[in-house]
This record gives sequence, C-alpha cells and structure tokens, in this order.
Amino acid sequence: MRGATGFSRRTRPVGGPTIVTATLAALLLFPAALPAQEPEAPAPVAAIAPPAGVLAVDSPDDRGGSVDVSWDLSPDDAEGRVLCYRIYRSAHPDTGFAPVGLVAPGVSRFRDSAAPDGTPLHYRVAVSDGEREVFSASFGPVEALPQWFHRGRITVLIASLGFVVAIVYFVRAAKAGKDLFIRRLAGLDHMDDAVGRATEMGKPILFISGLSTISDVATIAAVNILGEVAKKTAEYNTRLIVPCADPIVMAVEQEVVKEAYAKVGRVDAYNEDDVFYLTRSQFAYVAGVSGIMVRQRPATILYMGMFYAESLVLAETGASVGSIQIAGTDAVTQLPFFITSCDYTLIGEELYAASAYLSREPVLLGGLKGQDMTKAAIGLAIVLGAISATLAALGVIPWDFVARVLVNA
Amino acid sequence: MRRHVPLALCFIAGVFMAIQYFIPHPSVQAWYERLLAWLQTLLAFAFLIGTVSLVRLHAHKIGHKVAGRGYSWVLFVGLGLMVGFGFKGRAPGSPFDFMFQNVQVPIEGTMFSLLAFYIASAAFRAFRARTLEATLLLLAATIVMLGRVPVGDLLHRSIPAATDWILNVPNMASKRGIMIGVGLGMMATALKIMLGIERAWMGGTD
Repeated sequence: MRGATGFSRRTRPVGGPTIVTATLAALLLFPAALPAQEPEAPAPVAAIAPPAGVLAVDSPDDRGGSVDVSWDLSPDDAEGRVLCYRIYRSAHPDTGFAPVGLVAPGVSRFRDSAAPDGTPLHYRVAVSDGEREVFSASFGPVEALPQWFHRGRITVLIASLGFVVAIVYFVRAAKAGKDLFIRRLAGLDHMDDAVGRATEMGKPILFISGLSTISDVATIAAVNILGEVAKKTAEYNTRLIVPCADPIVMAVEQEVVKEAYAKVGRVDAYNEDDVFYLTRSQFAYVAGVSGIMVRQRPATILYMGMFYAESLVLAETGASVGSIQIAGTDAVTQLPFFITSCDYTLIGEELYAASAYLSREPVLLGGLKGQDMTKAAIGLAIVLGAISATLAALGVIPWDFVARVLVNA
Repeated sequence: MRRHVPLALCFIAGVFMAIQYFIPHPSVQAWYERLLAWLQTLLAFAFLIGTVSLVRLHAHKIGHKVAGRGYSWVLFVGLGLMVGFGFKGRAPGSPFDFMFQNVQVPIEGTMFSLLAFYIASAAFRAFRARTLEATLLLLAATIVMLGRVPVGDLLHRSIPAATDWILNVPNMASKRGIMIGVGLGMMATALKIMLGIERAWMGGTD
C-alpha cells in the first residue's frame, strides 16, 4: 500500500529487464529453436492516476462524530477508467488505514459519519479501476468535534429575535393603552350570532378541535378558541359538545371548559361528559362525530385546529343537517373543503389570531399586531428580493444584493 | 402556585425547545431526545385516561337508559373482544389480527370511500358560476382536471402546460402566502404561551 507516489498495491507486471534476460538465454541455449521474428509483447497498461488534493475537515454545524473528506478527481475519471473511490481512515499517518466508505466515479466528497470524536484522524482516498487501487497521500490530522452553535441557522436566529422584539414592543404598546387597529374577521364576528342561534333553537354547539395532538400549535390555538366559546355558551346556557381524538387534548379541553364556566359563574352548568374522548382512529372518529351530528343536529359546528382527509366528510355532514359552520385551520390542503362546505372559514394564521380577536384583550391584540408587522417586513423582503433578482438577471446590477444579504448572511 | 408552576415549566420547556434548534451539541440534543421520549411515555398513559373517559360516558348512557344506548353496548362488546384477543397475541392469523383485518380495515375503508361522493357534492356547490370569482374557480378547476387526465392532452396540447402553470404559479403563490402567515402565527402563539401572555390553555387569563 503506497501513498502519493502512486505505487500500486498489486505486484507490477513483468517488464523490460526480465524479457531481455530471457531472450538472451534462449539465444544462447536454443538458437535454432528461435522463431525467425520475435512475437509482439502486450503493451503494458498504464497505472491509474491517484486522486490529489485530499482535504479532511470536521463537519460543520453538527453534533460531532463526522468528518467531511474531499479530493480532486483522478485525471483518469474523465476517461471512464475509474470504478470507484474508496476512503480510508487511520489514527496514524502511515499505517492502520481501514476503509470507511465508497463513492461512485465523478464524486469528490464523502462524509465519514462514524468518526470518533476528539481523536486525531488521517484520511487517504484510493481510486480503483476494478483490478487495483492507487492511493493518494494521506491527510491529517483532523478531529471530529461537536459544535455549540449551528452557524447555518444564524439568519433564522436574527429573524426570530426581530420577531420577538416586534411582539414585545406591540404588547408593551397595547399595555400602555395605544389603540391598535385589527382588521375584521367575518367568521369570528359571527361567533356570537352562532352561539345565539343555538340558544334560540335549544340545540347544542359542537366544537371539533381536529385530529392532532396537544404538541401541535394549531391544537393549542383551537383550545384557546374553545375557552372563549365556552364562556359564551356558559353565559347563554347552551350545551357545548366537544368530542376529542386525543386523550391529552381531552384532558386539557375539559379543564379549559370547566374554567370558562367557572369564570362566568356557571360551574354548575358544566358537564364533564360533554367533553369526551372518542377515538384516535381517523375514520372511526369521522363516523362517531357524524353520528353525533345526525342524532343531535347541532345548531352550530366549529371546526378549529388541524384536519386531514376527514375535513370534507365532517363539513358536508354538518351542512346536510343544517348547522351553521365556522372552520379554522392551518392545513392548506383542507382549506378548499372548508371554504366550500362551511359558512365562514378562518384561513391559516387567522386561526392563531382568533383567541386574541374574541377575547379583545389588549395584550393579546398587541401580539397580533407584532405578528402582522413582521409579516409586512417579510413581504417587503420578498418584493425587494424579487426586484433585486430581476435586475441582476437583466444585468442592471452586478449581483443579487438582497439574496447575498438575506440568504447568505 | 397553581398558576406559577405550570407557567414556569412551560417557559423553561419552551425556551429549551427554541434554543436546542440552534445547538447541535450532543449534550443538548440528548436532553431534547429525552424530552421526546417522555412525551411518548405520557402519550401511553394518556390512552388510559381516554379509555376511562370513553367507558364512563357509555356506562352513563346505559345506566340512565339514554336513547341509542344500544350503540354503547356494541362499543363495550367490541372493546372487550379486542382487549381479550389482544392478550392472546397480535400475530398474523390471530383472532385480534383477523378482527382488525376483516372488521376495522373494511369499515375504515368504507368511511374513506364516502369522501368521493362528498367531493362530488362539494364540487357541484363550489363550481356554480354565480359570481366572477366562482366562474374563475370553475374555469381553473376545469383546466386542472382536464390537464391531469390523458384526454386533456388529446383535446389540446397546451392544456397540461396550462394546468402546470395554474398549479405552480398562482396556486403555489397563494399556498406560500398562507404558509408564511401560518409559520408566523405558530411562532407568535408559542411565544405568547411561553411568556404567559396567552393563558387560555390553562383555563383562563387570571
């Protein structure tokens, strides 16, 4: 096994001096037996050129145990003589190299994801033509180390901090009594009417918080809305039915509804059995909720949270029993179904705004305003980026300024 | 105490979850994975809570002779059977597996197949061209539907290209706009919960 000098691991083919010696011996011993013309010796196959410029560095922004190895392709790669590149690793610069990976021709980088942390390591890259391997010089030492900060996420960090600052600023402004304009949301404006309708008809309200778990922010937003709805149903003395698809969500929603009833002084009207667990199974849940719709014929149905393929079946069943339906979800693929089948639909972020909108608490509205301002800033960045990229493509400016600043920050 | 402890726990867990995103170091990631494992454990116990709720609700229906209590009996029989079969094993060919494959899967498949009919009825309602927007929707939907089937290409070669344009340009732009709003909404909600501004999840704001 040799390194940069390009020696092959395979024994070299019998070459010139051996042939000359054999010919002379034959001439001396058997001159008559020699053929009139010497046969042509096969042309020796040129050794494949080794890869050069091997470089090994600790993989950036990772949890350790990884080294990135790169090299310049063998000049024979372009001629199609390379079968593969094999990467070797050792703790010593000259001995003990063991293969750690294999890549196809034309590939000049490899991530060694099994490198021991904190150990000086040396790497070699061998090129193979199928018959023999030729080794590069070894490179090292290099150590695999875990990082304490992911530099690739610095843009996210800066944007997040900016967002936090915007939220905190507007929350403080709201606390100071500043009047904040929030655009109207038709679906939430009609929430009172929907509860009132149920009261007049003497029928219940059905609240469905989706199929997701409590770790989903959409479910938490739904729980927040449920709290506000429960206050209204408690005030109007209207029955609120909440079938749950997740036991933890059920436990949280029971507590939220109970607290809401207590807050308006109607704790006696709270019925724990009205907030109940149904099933985790998607279409069993659909069957159960559809059954409740058909039997109870609720005056109002609220769909808030994360929904999947069940959304249309639920919403169409609700429409068929004549309920007023208000939906809110951040599941983009389910929005068209709700828009088609429901009377009002909260689209995307409106779901998260609903709790603040319904409660009208200044502090929550401040958070909402901060959210809107950040969205405006992102919109501005997108417009600037589009203009910058267009001007760069047209050659008006030498390079895409916004992309450089925002993306490569 | 009842307020402060959950708020403090929520703040600590929220800050940790936010910070760990920027720290790939294994000492931090190990804690992140440990928290996820705890969540799985919690979920396992939560199913017990769910089952208790379900049993109590249907026992109440039977006990108080509520109309439709026959369905509650069906539930108890099904639940008892499956729990009993589950104790005998869930290998392929076992009674549990037989019931799952021959009862639950076909029933769920049937429910799922209803979606096709609901899509038809919803499409009929959505595509009535009563306003300019509804007409545009009808037109776009017709092009997209035709572009997704071979007959669209046969009718006119530009229909599949028009379909791709509708899906990749106006449709994608709308989706991305919504997704940006959703992302910010999620962050804002998480932040408000972490900072204790939003407390409805605890049952109120006091």
